[in-house]
Amino acid sequence: MRRLRSLTDIAAPSTTEAGIPVAVPDGESHGLSHATSTGISNEKLAMWCFLGSECLLFGGLISTYLLYKDKAVRGPKPHELYAIPFTSVSSFVLLMSSLTMVLAVSAIQRGDQRALRAWIATTALLGATFISGQVYEFSVFLKEGMGFTTNAASSAFFTLTGFHGVHVTIGIVMLLSVLVLSLRGRLPQERAEAVEIVGLYWHFVDVVWILIFTVVYLIK
Amino acid sequence: MSTTDAALPALPSGEPPRTTRPGGVFARPQTDTGWRSWVTTVDHKKLGIMYGTAALFFFVIGGGEALLIRIQLATPNGKLLSADLYNQVFTMHGTTMIFLVVMPIGAAFMNYLIPLQIGARDVAFPRLNAFGFWCFLFGGVMLNSSWLLGHAPDGGWFNYAPNSGVIFSPTHGIDFWNMGLLITGIASLTGAINLIVTVLNMRAPGMTMMKMPVFTWMALVTQFLLLFAIPVLTSAQFLLMFDRLFGANFFKTAQGGDPLLWEHLFWIFGHPEVYIMILPAFGVVSEIIPVFARKPLFGYPFMVFSGIAIGFMGWGVWAHHMFASGIGPISVAAFSMSTMFIAVPTGVKILNWLATMWGGKLKFSSPMLFSIGLVTMFTIGGLSGVTHAVAPADTQQTDTYYIVAHFHYVLFGGALFGFVGGWYFWWPKAFGYALNDTLGKVHFWLMLIGFNLTFGPMHILGLQGMPRRTYTYKNGYGFNFWNMVSTIGAFVITVSFLVLAYNILASRRKARKAQGVGTGRLTMAADPWDGRSLEWMLPSPTPAHNFDEVPVVRSLDEFWHRKYGEEEDGRLVRIAATEDVVQKGTNTDVHLPSPSYWPIVLAFGLPFIGYGLIYSLWFAVLGGICVVGGIYGWVMEPSVDPDAGHHDPEPGATEPEPSGEAAADEEAALVD
Repeated sequence: MRRLRSLTDIAAPSTTEAGIPVAVPDGESHGLSHATSTGISNEKLAMWCFLGSECLLFGGLISTYLLYKDKAVRGPKPHELYAIPFTSVSSFVLLMSSLTMVLAVSAIQRGDQRALRAWIATTALLGATFISGQVYEFSVFLKEGMGFTTNAASSAFFTLTGFHGVHVTIGIVMLLSVLVLSLRGRLPQERAEAVEIVGLYWHFVDVVWILIFTVVYLIK
Repeated sequence: MSTTDAALPALPSGEPPRTTRPGGVFARPQTDTGWRSWVTTVDHKKLGIMYGTAALFFFVIGGGEALLIRIQLATPNGKLLSADLYNQVFTMHGTTMIFLVVMPIGAAFMNYLIPLQIGARDVAFPRLNAFGFWCFLFGGVMLNSSWLLGHAPDGGWFNYAPNSGVIFSPTHGIDFWNMGLLITGIASLTGAINLIVTVLNMRAPGMTMMKMPVFTWMALVTQFLLLFAIPVLTSAQFLLMFDRLFGANFFKTAQGGDPLLWEHLFWIFGHPEVYIMILPAFGVVSEIIPVFARKPLFGYPFMVFSGIAIGFMGWGVWAHHMFASGIGPISVAAFSMSTMFIAVPTGVKILNWLATMWGGKLKFSSPMLFSIGLVTMFTIGGLSGVTHAVAPADTQQTDTYYIVAHFHYVLFGGALFGFVGGWYFWWPKAFGYALNDTLGKVHFWLMLIGFNLTFGPMHILGLQGMPRRTYTYKNGYGFNFWNMVSTIGAFVITVSFLVLAYNILASRRKARKAQGVGTGRLTMAADPWDGRSLEWMLPSPTPAHNFDEVPVVRSLDEFWHRKYGEEEDGRLVRIAATEDVVQKGTNTDVHLPSPSYWPIVLAFGLPFIGYGLIYSLWFAVLGGICVVGGIYGWVMEPSVDPDAGHHDPEPGATEPEPSGEAAADEEAALVD
């Protein structure tokens, strides 16, 4: 009778809610899995809260970059080195991964495990492509004489994009965990919401990149 | 409709289902007594008590540091502390009192009370709750370990750049400040997510948002502030950490780094932070005053919305901490205005507390005295706060003892008075015995007198020009007398807390003798104060499962309305005996979240990553193994302990609804 927790399921609703006969005041029954006051599951609401908090983290880092982007006592400034065509392509790759993520969520909602695995793997692959592009970009900048400690602008650039890269990487780990869970048969259609929550995180990371790409790379 | 009658699903052969258990030392803990039960608990009530206990431990440390400061400043040319040591002591006093005392005491109340007040059996994520507590504890211990490892942080609790850089602060002190507070920040973030979800999602049937007790409301606002404020501090701390440890250039003026960036980021966190500390205390007194005035809270919606208004406006006033930093006349004017405006919702609250007491049948028990202490002392602190909003005056007051006087009036006179009142009020609910009221009154008056002796004179000293953060002063400036008074006051405060400590021990001994339970469990009546909210419906101390039966809520102050009704002319009339409406706590068949080792394992690794970044990466490897192992164990742990005595829900009982319908429900439910 052992049941594993889903990936994002930090406290399965069954443990805390099963004993609580939560009914909506007007007597309408929601069933156990939606027995929350708002009708949104605890896990999904928690992810939304977390993403709200992340906005402020990136807000601080983006502000820092905007303040420092021209502050270089020595060494090149970041926007002297940007290769916009290259970064545009890798940004496009990341954007497309949001599409495949949506397709993955839709697949598990239909109960189509094979499509789920294909789209999750594609999403992870696209994310990994983006990260490879970032690593390549960083190494080029390093060769051209702009390291993390070169000047204030470079510190701000690497910190901001590095934080984003770490977020994407964590997202890839989550996607791979979904893939493994699906392969081991631990992700039935009823758990579609777990994939949806991973998707929320993934889309958030994408949206942040759109912002970063615009204000860091495109606006001079 | 609980799981009580759900039968265990049997195998076709008729034998009970086979279970597998993860083995070894990390087999799922079973016990609910002894030290293991505390280390592995996920019970919000035990965690609340642990938050409070740990905060008291840090309170002793932070209080000791305060006494060192006061002894040093008692007379001119004090010799007790060197300038360097004095910097460490005042930095750690501020950091400890804010992050390791006031915030966790607030967390203690919120953890313990929120589920009880909204009629839930636990928080939304019990293991995450435990993880938050251990992060707070280990982060605090790591921060304080800097005393033993050479040099404590010495940049003030605000750690202004570039003073916090390696050039001006070459020891590892500020690195400890960074790491320790990043870890306690994780505690705040997970706690915020957990409690927000709990309040929004776990309310009992009928408990709409506008039927929630004001304490729960203020806790909700506080958690939203934490959710959005902590990441700003986190980003600032990452920048400082990269500067100090990896040679980045954020705050190095020679590299074009801008010290104002730190000030902005820090105070965008730092100003909401002051509301994070005070709002829970506002919530506490909003619960206490109606009970001891025997009247409903005056203007409940105003109370709620002024709290929300404070939560919003708290984001628009941060630069009043920076009037002297040269941010320009337009910014100064704008932030002056917004700072004056934020006094309005606070004033609404004070008016409502007074109006609640007006015409009430006042009973001056200890909790009530401390609450009135908050109302009066916070008003003084609030008024001196408004004087800071006047920028020309503020430039004179900046960095003087006037500021020190102000924020101690709001944080000690405000938050701490409220919290101590809360201890006296909910002590019976948590521990099954009441604190002695006479000793409580002695405690109150000593604390009130000591507090005013300590911090009242600082107004005068500040206006005379005595600078803060300076380790001594010379004879002949006219500072001698009031400094001596202030030091005497600090010792009076110390005595008042010794009275509290004695009260706790003596009251417990007396209760044990009276009940004849030896070292066993103390119990007392469910509703000693004739309370109003749901927690008083439960036996004292609260049973592990909270509610035998989750109450259906029909009105604000639900429990009160189950006891009292109104006659036609509006006179109060008892409609039910208290014993008949309280729950018995006898239900033994409630399904509870199982304890777990993983939260503490995961949190235990974090300080070692911090030590690793400071000293040697080998520590970080050790810490990393702990963290990764903790996450793995956490995820793989079965959600329901197969060996636990309670029933599992039937498989298939958790059939999900089609998502479209759920979305429609969302909308309907949110309107509540």
